[in-house]
Amino acid sequence: MPVNRARRDLTEFHTDIVLKHDEQHRWCLDCHDADRRDQLHLASGAPVSFEESYMLCGQCHGEKLRDWRAGVHGRRTGQWNGHKTYLLCAHCHNPHQPRFRAIPPMPAPVRPSRPGL
Amino acid sequence: MKPDSRGRKLSRRQFASCAAAAAAGFLLTGCGPRRLHELPPDRLEDAIREMERRYAQQYGQTVTVSDAQPLAGVEFAYALDISRCIGCRRCVHACVEENNQSRDPEVQWIRVFEMEKGKGVDFSEADPYYAPPEVPEEGHFYVPVQCQQCRNAPCTKVCPTGATWTEPDGIVVVDYDWCIGCRYCMAACPYGARHFNWGQPTVPKGKLNTKTHVLGNRPRPQGVVEKCTFCIQRTRNGRYPACVEVCPVGARKFGNLLDPDSEVRYIIEHKRVLVLKEELNTLPKFFYFYGT
Repeated sequence: MPVNRARRDLTEFHTDIVLKHDEQHRWCLDCHDADRRDQLHLASGAPVSFEESYMLCGQCHGEKLRDWRAGVHGRRTGQWNGHKTYLLCAHCHNPHQPRFRAIPPMPAPVRPSRPGL
Repeated sequence: MKPDSRGRKLSRRQFASCAAAAAAGFLLTGCGPRRLHELPPDRLEDAIREMERRYAQQYGQTVTVSDAQPLAGVEFAYALDISRCIGCRRCVHACVEENNQSRDPEVQWIRVFEMEKGKGVDFSEADPYYAPPEVPEEGHFYVPVQCQQCRNAPCTKVCPTGATWTEPDGIVVVDYDWCIGCRYCMAACPYGARHFNWGQPTVPKGKLNTKTHVLGNRPRPQGVVEKCTFCIQRTRNGRYPACVEVCPVGARKFGNLLDPDSEVRYIIEHKRVLVLKEELNTLPKFFYFYGT
């Protein structure tokens, strides 16, 4: 079956995926590789594994990639002077809808009570 | 014999006795209790064993009290990305659990202020009690405030007993055994970062963080002041503070100011950075920045 690159409503598969990521200009196969679906590819066509997906994101978000490499964008855990655990872009941002979703806040502090209030 | 101002006469013998008593008293104070940072190592060791025994009895958990010393060539600094913080208060509650703050009466070392985007960082208009169903709220941003670990700290200058001071790695600490609860430091602090135990602090059974530091999160008695210590029990062992690790958006950054490759140095050198109430010349080591 030939690869269908056309933008269309998905009715059979991946119906749960809503693309809200520059959706006027992007479509599935801009990032996912048509021939090897377990890989991604850069704008140049060079294949990229999912473990290195930050290279794909960094094509547009270069200044975020730069800050991420410096440890300034994104969350780090571990040792401030030693081994750090890094997270990839897609660990925090859903690549199809990268904007952070609002979450419920933890409880507010109690207001100080005074007699007569 | 000359009469004194009230007409009484002081004999040579009386004068000599008083002088001898004063001298003996002066010498004896050297043997009495001392501040923790002045204790010789063997007496500190004894004091710590005694604390561990007391806390184990009090809380029914095995507690370790560390006296880890500052690391050489380290000055801690903190950076917080105001453009990322969503005001979820995960940091506030992670801090409470890590540092054994009293649940009732409530003591929280971090306070998150909700501010309106049009008004900028303005504490007179800020609301720490916001409680919408979801954050961030439209048109608002959030500024968490905790101890700014000032290099020119007003709080340590006013302490009448010397119970609070700046450690060589830049952490402002409190000796809970020497704090007399006068709260001068709370009045001196322009950031509201110091908190007083008005009542007996309570930590739910089994919820005590048993990895403690003698100048940090060990259980406090009623009537003393406490504050953020950059999680001294974690950071002196190389770990990140609890608030850094819990932040879901990665807005909190921590590291060694003297290390040119550290994250905080990158931020100070490359981002738009501000400190709170700069005009007071407190020289905070807690920097706010815009990551975008």
